[in-house]
Amino acid sequence: MSRFLDRVETALKDEELKTALGRATERLGSRRSASLASLENSDMIRDMARRAKMGLLQDLAGNLETFERNLIKNGVKVHWAEDGKAANRIMVEIAKSRDCKRAVKSKSMATEETHLNHDLLEAGLDVLETDLGEYIVQLADTTPSHIILPIIHMTKEKIGEIMHRKIKVPYTNDPEKLAKIARAKLREAFLSADLGITGANFGVIDSGTIVLVSNEGNARLVTTLPRVHVVVMGIEKLVPSLADLDLMVKILARSATGQKITTYTSLVTGPRRPGETDGCEEMHVILLDNGRSNILGGPLAEILGCIRCGACLNACPVYKNIGGHAYGDTYPGPIGAIVTPGLRGVKDWKALPDASSLCGACKEVCPVRLDIPRMLLELRKQAVEEAKVPWTLRAGLWGFGLAASRPWLFKPGARLGGIAARLMAPGGWIKKLPGLAGGWTRSRDMKAPAPKTFQQLFRERKTKGPAASVPMGAETAAPAVNEGSGHVR
Amino acid sequence: MTAPKKIQLFHTCIINEVYPEVGMSVVNILERLGVEVEVPVSQTCCGQPAFNAGFHADARKVARHTLDLLSATEGPIVVPSGSCGDMITHQYHMLFKDDGEEKEYAAKAHAISERCYEFSVFLVDVLGITDLGARLGLKAAYHPSCHLLRGLGVKTQPRALLAEVRGLECVEVKDQEECCGFGGMFSVKNAAISTGMLENKLRNLEASGAKTVVSCDMGCLMHMQGGLHRKGSKMEVKHISQILEAGLP
Repeated sequence: MSRFLDRVETALKDEELKTALGRATERLGSRRSASLASLENSDMIRDMARRAKMGLLQDLAGNLETFERNLIKNGVKVHWAEDGKAANRIMVEIAKSRDCKRAVKSKSMATEETHLNHDLLEAGLDVLETDLGEYIVQLADTTPSHIILPIIHMTKEKIGEIMHRKIKVPYTNDPEKLAKIARAKLREAFLSADLGITGANFGVIDSGTIVLVSNEGNARLVTTLPRVHVVVMGIEKLVPSLADLDLMVKILARSATGQKITTYTSLVTGPRRPGETDGCEEMHVILLDNGRSNILGGPLAEILGCIRCGACLNACPVYKNIGGHAYGDTYPGPIGAIVTPGLRGVKDWKALPDASSLCGACKEVCPVRLDIPRMLLELRKQAVEEAKVPWTLRAGLWGFGLAASRPWLFKPGARLGGIAARLMAPGGWIKKLPGLAGGWTRSRDMKAPAPKTFQQLFRERKTKGPAASVPMGAETAAPAVNEGSGHVR
Repeated sequence: MTAPKKIQLFHTCIINEVYPEVGMSVVNILERLGVEVEVPVSQTCCGQPAFNAGFHADARKVARHTLDLLSATEGPIVVPSGSCGDMITHQYHMLFKDDGEEKEYAAKAHAISERCYEFSVFLVDVLGITDLGARLGLKAAYHPSCHLLRGLGVKTQPRALLAEVRGLECVEVKDQEECCGFGGMFSVKNAAISTGMLENKLRNLEASGAKTVVSCDMGCLMHMQGGLHRKGSKMEVKHISQILEAGLP
């Protein structure tokens, strides 16, 4: 059994996870629908947003260069990181050369991807997450299980317990009290930090602006209070102009949390200029590739248009059952099932695209209409071509392909199978199947095939039934499709 | 389109082997509406099991066979399944490139997709019929199967047909549009997750008070039926054609 399936078994046994996930995803799903319904022309806005994102990918390199030029014009220092290690190294170098000791971070999936906190701590820096959810993730020494709601898997009781244990405050499960405790801790940190680290929701090419959306106001403090601000941004997070940003902002919060707009939308266009009263003294942007350029130009390129709203997670019945940690890497849910094998190779991650019923709920809610099921199918194809799949499955589907393209083989085969199945099935139901098929009978009985096929019934009725006047079917009317004709080979 | 006099029935492998009575209900309804039904005898399976598992070469063999077979016929092709219908109309395109040696089959895939109709769509959109005169005292829940709903984008037609059945009460179900967890091979390869999804679905169906689950896809219904049977539940599953055929004089 793969490690993925082990994690799934663990997750499915976790009642607390089920409670927490069930509550949150249901609320988010209905809020999303309501807030999109209140947006006039929402379908058109989604189409336009998709076009803007897909258009950028046609010349991502050129667009990044323009973005870089405009950042530099705004007084920002730009760095290029090929992978996560490089990004972290650049961050440590910046911190050390500016004599920074204490970092505060706002929520960033890119730095989760690079495991930045680990490398910063190792380099002797103090680092504190300031998004409430991420703060608790850090206290609990775990990882976020959702890209928008890091602790969606935790109940408030659990959070109370963690804060009680880790920062020695009296236990409470009152969310408001818990937030107040965290706020007091975080305020101290904001005031003493000398390095602010953020991700980027968007990078606006023509103005050289970094855009951050948040609900807690922590991103604004992280970008203005410390002396130095460093952004880690995936190279795909561009939008062409502020007009396009408007489209994105309209659909992002609605899709993510069902809000019309997040409480804070910060547009950071360079460090503090002479005469300005706030802002950092020095601003850096690290443009992170980390496998993204391998996806570009291939059949998964579309995924680079993802704006990380998390709607597909909330809609996904698989995610709702197993939560985020079972996916085993930074990005969970349908988007993770594509991004993870896309960035890291399908060979070691083929279990993720397999873990989908292809129900299409993700595609339905995606604000930029990413065809997630198509990409999952593409990855399954790549897995068959490149990676090891069980020989039983390979042989089974080879046999299926062989027989199902040859009716003279398929029909007797299916009938033989039917006879065997009926022998195993007293009363017409099979209680236990062998091998891989045993997965079915784990929780379901299997109805045995019928004694007569539909084609037999259809033929019999025509020869003796009341509908005998109905003209004969294909056997006489269309001999070209009969067995043995030239068309079936 | 003028009402077609004759259709080709792509009955699907699951109906042929496991639920032949559903195929007969489809035939009975169509014939009652004056439509002659032809059954191309060499049909096997649409090939979706191989395609969804990533075995495109094997799926391609099956798709070529099905395209050859259907191309040799004329008139609309009726498929009593949203999932197999989606495979033929939307996924066959993915198997054949528009240029090179597969060009011929890409063209066939396109032509066949234009002729393909899921059963409820054929009744409502092509024949223009919603009231078949059916009569059935029953409390039922409609399950919109994923590939019908989100693959083919069919939302209203089955509901319109069910709404005209006298005596039928269609109840709403919590998370009605959520997948039952079938997903073909997914249900065996990821049996644990599939089971979790099925449990949610059955719990919501049972809470709805429905006695019967109605759908346009026997794959999903086979899955739910298997779960219901294991639990010893009395709830039944029916293809929409079986409901529409009920009580017809």
